Amino acid sequence: MLYLAQRISAMILAPLVLVHLVLIVYAIQGGLDAAEILTRTRGSVIWGTFYGLFVVAVSVHAAIGLRTIGQEWLRLKGGVLDALALSAGLGLLVLGTRAVYAVVAA
Amino acid sequence: MRDNSRQLEVRVWRGDPSGGRHIDYRVPELDNQTVLDVVTWIQRNSDPSLSYRFACRVGMCGSCAMTVNGVPRWTCRTHVRKVAQDSALTVEPLRNLPVIKDLACDMSGFFDKWDRAMGRFHATANRYDAIAAISPDSDRRREADAGIECINCAVCYAACDVVALRTDYLGPAALNRAWTLVNDARDGAQSARLRTVASDAGCHSCHSHQSCSTWCPNELNPTASIAGLKRTSSIAALTGKLSRNAG
Repeated sequence: MLYLAQRISAMILAPLVLVHLVLIVYAIQGGLDAAEILTRTRGSVIWGTFYGLFVVAVSVHAAIGLRTIGQEWLRLKGGVLDALALSAGLGLLVLGTRAVYAVVAA
Repeated sequence: MRDNSRQLEVRVWRGDPSGGRHIDYRVPELDNQTVLDVVTWIQRNSDPSLSYRFACRVGMCGSCAMTVNGVPRWTCRTHVRKVAQDSALTVEPLRNLPVIKDLACDMSGFFDKWDRAMGRFHATANRYDAIAAISPDSDRRREADAGIECINCAVCYAACDVVALRTDYLGPAALNRAWTLVNDARDGAQSARLRTVASDAGCHSCHSHQSCSTWCPNELNPTASIAGLKRTSSIAALTGKLSRNAG
């Protein structure tokens, strides 16, 4: 059920977003340096899991939200509406996973 | 006391499904006067072709709702003094319902949605069975009682932005009715009703804008009823009670 998926993904995102915001402030204390950040993230199972979960939750949450906007404001229906939501969700998932892979595993 | 020197400037929407426009009327302003009185005065004294709907005139039948100065209201219990701005009134048909003529709307879609939301009582006993003992103080009965006084006036339906955006959305009145039945211990269609109201055009489409609760003339809270449906149907889905086999 989309409603449940939307609410559960929101519940997952709420603490993750807060940690992410705090982390941004913390991470740039020594200057915004890619090499410095990569030393902390590379090979880190914790950050890989954290941002991996982040990406999955965002993909689900944003896709369902866009589906509602498409339905209400663009009056889309049926297959077109589902295709829009699915492509948005998959797009976010692919781009997000690629980014997490780049800073954790590559 | 009548004072013929005071006049109301009343702008009334006149037209049919093909289109329409506002027409201005001058109506004697009285000390005690409802919006329905004003519309009736126009029909009796200015233009007998004006179409509108009313029945009981005492806030029970739910047939006289119109848009008054941009707000959906039951006109029989709305005093002109409360809503007129500088002795000016604009009266239009309800939003979100197709116009038949002038101020009369076609309510059939609104009532069809009551049916779609399974707003009918499904009996589990007959006259030969013992009467179900239900405590008025029980939580479920209190929930049902809180929403039971709906008079089907469609004010909430006209106020709802989700109905305006999605024509298939069941709307606050039908969902409020469904919530009263979800809380009726005697009803035998609980799982089927929850499945229906949890569908794509059901309770989960509500954005909780609360326009329905703001303008309900009976001061009901359909938003709270819809929140109850969201909660109950979510729990039912998580516990497997929303499946077709759940009965």
